[in-house]
Amino acid sequence: MPDLLTPTFLTALLAGGLLAAVPLIFASLGEIIAEQAGVLNVGLEGMMISGAFAGFAATQATGDLWLGVAAGALAGMLVSLVMVLFCVRLGMDQIIVGIAIVLTAEGVTSVLHTVIFGQSYPRLDRVAVFEIPLLRDIPVLGGSVFSQPLAVYMGLAVVGVVAWMLRATSWGLHVRAAGERPASLDAAGVSVVRVRTVAEIMCGALAGIGGAYLSIVSSGTFVPFVTQGAGFIAIVIAMLARGRTWWSVLGALLFGISLSLTTALQLVGIDIPVDVVTMLPFISVMVVLILFARDARLPSALGLPYLRGSR
Amino acid sequence: MSDMTAGLDSGIETAARIPSRRRGWVDALVRSVGPIVLALLTGAILLAIIGRDPIAFYDDVLKAGLFRASGLQDTITRTAPVLLVGAGLIVAFRAGLWNLGSDGQYLLAAAFVAGVAPGLLASVPVAIGWILLAFLGMAVGAAWTIVPAWLRGRYGVNEIITTLMMSFIGVGLAALLVKGPFDGPSTVPQTSVIDPAGMLLDLPDVRIHIGVFLALFVSAAVYWLFARTAFGTRMDVLGANPRAAVHVGIDVPRLTLVTFMLSGALIGLAAAVDIVGVFSYMRADWNPAYGLKVVPLVFLARLNALAMIPFAVFFGVMSIGGAYATRRADLPGDFLLVLIGLVLLFMVLTQYLSDKRERGESLLPRRTRIANAHA
Amino acid sequence: MTLGADRSDVAARRTTPDQLTPTVELIEITKAFPGVIANDHISLVAMPGEVLCLLGENGAGKSTLMSIISGLYQPDSGRIKVGGNEVRIHSPRHGRELGVGMVYQHLSLIPTLTVLENLMMGANPGIVLDQRSARTRLAELASALGVAVDPDVRAGSLALGQQQHIEIIKALWSGSRLLILDEPTSMLTPQGAMELQGVLRGLTARGLAIIFITHKLHEAIAIGDRVAVLKLGRVVGTMGPDELAAAPPQELQERIITMMFGEAHAPDAEVAELREPAVAARAAAVVTAEPLLELVDVSAVGADGQHGIQHVSLTVHGGEVVGVAGIDGNGQRAFAEVIAGQRRQIAGEIRLAGTSIDRTSVSARQRMGLRYVTDDRLGEGVVASWPVSINLVLKRIGQMPYWNRGTVDRSAIETTARELIEEFDIRTPSPQTRIGKLSGGNIQKAIIAREVAFEPKVVVFNKPTHGLDVRTTHAVRERIGEMTRQGVAVVVISSDLDELIDVCDRVAVLDAGRLVGIVENGPGAETRIGELIVGAAAAVPIPA
Repeated sequence: MPDLLTPTFLTALLAGGLLAAVPLIFASLGEIIAEQAGVLNVGLEGMMISGAFAGFAATQATGDLWLGVAAGALAGMLVSLVMVLFCVRLGMDQIIVGIAIVLTAEGVTSVLHTVIFGQSYPRLDRVAVFEIPLLRDIPVLGGSVFSQPLAVYMGLAVVGVVAWMLRATSWGLHVRAAGERPASLDAAGVSVVRVRTVAEIMCGALAGIGGAYLSIVSSGTFVPFVTQGAGFIAIVIAMLARGRTWWSVLGALLFGISLSLTTALQLVGIDIPVDVVTMLPFISVMVVLILFARDARLPSALGLPYLRGSR
Repeated sequence: MSDMTAGLDSGIETAARIPSRRRGWVDALVRSVGPIVLALLTGAILLAIIGRDPIAFYDDVLKAGLFRASGLQDTITRTAPVLLVGAGLIVAFRAGLWNLGSDGQYLLAAAFVAGVAPGLLASVPVAIGWILLAFLGMAVGAAWTIVPAWLRGRYGVNEIITTLMMSFIGVGLAALLVKGPFDGPSTVPQTSVIDPAGMLLDLPDVRIHIGVFLALFVSAAVYWLFARTAFGTRMDVLGANPRAAVHVGIDVPRLTLVTFMLSGALIGLAAAVDIVGVFSYMRADWNPAYGLKVVPLVFLARLNALAMIPFAVFFGVMSIGGAYATRRADLPGDFLLVLIGLVLLFMVLTQYLSDKRERGESLLPRRTRIANAHA
Repeated sequence: MTLGADRSDVAARRTTPDQLTPTVELIEITKAFPGVIANDHISLVAMPGEVLCLLGENGAGKSTLMSIISGLYQPDSGRIKVGGNEVRIHSPRHGRELGVGMVYQHLSLIPTLTVLENLMMGANPGIVLDQRSARTRLAELASALGVAVDPDVRAGSLALGQQQHIEIIKALWSGSRLLILDEPTSMLTPQGAMELQGVLRGLTARGLAIIFITHKLHEAIAIGDRVAVLKLGRVVGTMGPDELAAAPPQELQERIITMMFGEAHAPDAEVAELREPAVAARAAAVVTAEPLLELVDVSAVGADGQHGIQHVSLTVHGGEVVGVAGIDGNGQRAFAEVIAGQRRQIAGEIRLAGTSIDRTSVSARQRMGLRYVTDDRLGEGVVASWPVSINLVLKRIGQMPYWNRGTVDRSAIETTARELIEEFDIRTPSPQTRIGKLSGGNIQKAIIAREVAFEPKVVVFNKPTHGLDVRTTHAVRERIGEMTRQGVAVVVISSDLDELIDVCDRVAVLDAGRLVGIVENGPGAETRIGELIVGAAAAVPIPA
């Protein structure tokens, strides 16, 4: 289908894809950190939606989008404290608490939205796009990759920072140890609980930022359940990335592109049902899993609470 | 020594499968009702914070969900799918399998049943039609678990990912079906409506369909499955210690598949009962999303299918009464999610405290442990 | 098995005045746990430049004592002095700061991280990992130990002996004056143990004090400059360098045995344990003409980076006890699991009483009389949170009389459970007690009861007496003897040579997944088996 390769189509596809991918990049990055430390964060969706709401509300109230992002991060961190208390410190089942977080956060944000905004759905102004001089003139890539809101470039930068941190800092080493064999880390005199706490809070912050990005930049408004399962998608991306941070960008892009595929296709006159397009990323994940099932390798201590005294 | 068992046996322990004099029924009562009470109290505080009258709210809930005849009937009707979905989750969770794809299984089964039912019920005797539709729902629900089950049983692929993925795909597929082959004559995308004569029979004089009895029967059957049969014991072994399951000779891939399919079948049955008993048609964007909401109840019931019954009634009251009460209080119906989520959190907390007490440990934080923790 | 020892230099060192300050001194240390006094007014001294051997059976209180010195636990009463100064050791980190380095019995390296990363863990001063300093330090310590270490290789790919060297380096990383080793030779070859002794000698020459924990008499005498014997939480006797240098090993052993078991002990079964193998019991075995278990050129893949097995052939007749020796991780797990049916072989044939069982499931093999006593008791052997009674019939789910046409008969289970508890002397408050609450020894008894009851034909034991007290160990070995009298074929997999020499008729040696030889038990067998274990390669890498 030669129509598909027109610059218009590709530009729209990449631009939209990158836009949709950013929340996933942030959230899956956070999840990678948590999982590398040994905490399975099923409640990621709850952290994202909390960030989405807080970010939207703060931006709407102050007009400052950076304040909104900060609010989103804060909200995400607050929610992650529940995981820290129940799971990291008290050792309760991570999946159960995660589910509880999702339910509660979805409910609370919906209620808060009604309480504060009633039946109205205020919209935020479109976020300014930052066009990188010179690079923006490159065909296709110029209009998409190099003409994005500043937050997008920051997102990519954060990935690099996190990757470096995991590889080259003490903290990163301890995180990786906590996920593999927490007993060894404990024997080395490092507090497993503290390492996991920090990792989990970072996860909450990143997920909150991802959610805030979603409501502030991507959709410009907050609707209950606006995240539409993005948190769960981010968990899948993180699990498939197996600790390799740049793979989370790839995975997020894959999802982002398929999400933006409908609009792009409409631009070139091809009409595929929305439902098919939204299913595509999930189908591709399943295909990947079926083909490469043997390769799944997660940190050995993932999901297991660490109790000193038990092996 | 008992510390060493923590983390080796997965999931939560269930008082139901280990007869234990130690616990006592008072303790069991506290553990199951306590979280609900705490959640409702916290809910009341939250209501007060946002300027709603908590007493009026709960009063409305009880009035609409329990004390009004029509409300009570709706509540009881609502227990049918909740019990069935709950039974489906219990079967999976006891075997240590996280079936988080119930939404997709439910909707896909609902789509097929809603699509096929109007025509079927018009052409065969209703009773036979119901049975066939029940099997259709079960078959679709079960079929949708096969891929995750196989990936998990054969390759150990984490079923959280796979069931979630299949759920999203299932939801999309159901929408496609309702908009496509199963689309009815109406202008909005939805299936044809089942003729009232074809709907499930109600009990005399009330608006409660016989599907409720089916749900009760299934709950008892699932309870019996785990309490008395070897099959149930094997599932329990798999859930309690998957490596021991291999060691004692259980065919784990096969058991995983069968368990998953049974779980999916029960969820699909819930969908069939809902369509043929209550809704009579299905809209393309409809999703009651029982799945996550039923999870807290299942754990409150300690994964015991019979103990689910009172909790299902509780859920019914909260849903039906809650729909009315939230409207009156100018709140979204999603407030129920907050309460349900809090129930789960409090359940985890009470379990933690109760376990500590049972191990003979002080409920206060351990000074030595904390001192050692920040080395 | 003896390791060479040269104590003359130690006695010489002792005359220097400033060496008289003990590196660590324990005064009346007491520590109690619910139901047991682990350490009872223990007083000990570790001198610089000396190896203090702490000798005692499992449960004597050695590990607790070491946890106290390293800072993991706090004593209930008593004092600790380090370098002459009284201290309270709050935490492992504090212990490290004071110069106490600890090497645990179970290796604690993280297999997926590199050697350098493992060493930097918890020891890197800044935020960014300072690789250069770490490399320098590693080179320093490696040469102090006299070993060669590659910093960038994944820790999981090193041989056990090499991993232990890394652990020692890790313990000495921030500068230590005391090194504690907990049962360090339990998983080493005889050659590895000699290497270790050389390393330790080099360290003591530099003034380091070493505490060496072991339950093996001959080792303590060979390695120790000072020996303290612990029994039931108390120090029941000590021997200084002069005493150790003055008498031959045999006599020293006698003295220690006296310390441990008192003067008045007739031919005590436990003591005989320590001295001579119980060869007599095997004489009454009933050996069948037909082999009951045959492995014909069997190969299987290992799991989790462990060795599999390649082209293994073995024949075991009824009434025979065949041992499988070798260092842990050389294919023993794969070997056991492929016989039990938990692992599929990729080549070869396995026969039970002449019939091929290649296609037979685990449960079918069990019904045919093939039993497997796993070494992983809590991990796969039992369901820890379930009652003893159910665990005893765990491999008979669905079978009569416990399950009648699919439904359970609890009284039948209870009856059998009581019988087995009685017969196998399983100490439990009731059949309903959660099996995880029992002691290790009783859990093992329950597992053995489960496998060995109901007419077994072939029983495979994997490390049957690992971590058990003397009495239970003896009971298990008796049971094995009894089985041979009933014509059962027995395979015992163990890394404990003493145990194998004690029970087996023949011992095969597994090395890197291959059976490198079978030795008939008898005089000199131990040496030959040791040679076979060592012979194939000094360092056996575990595939990554």
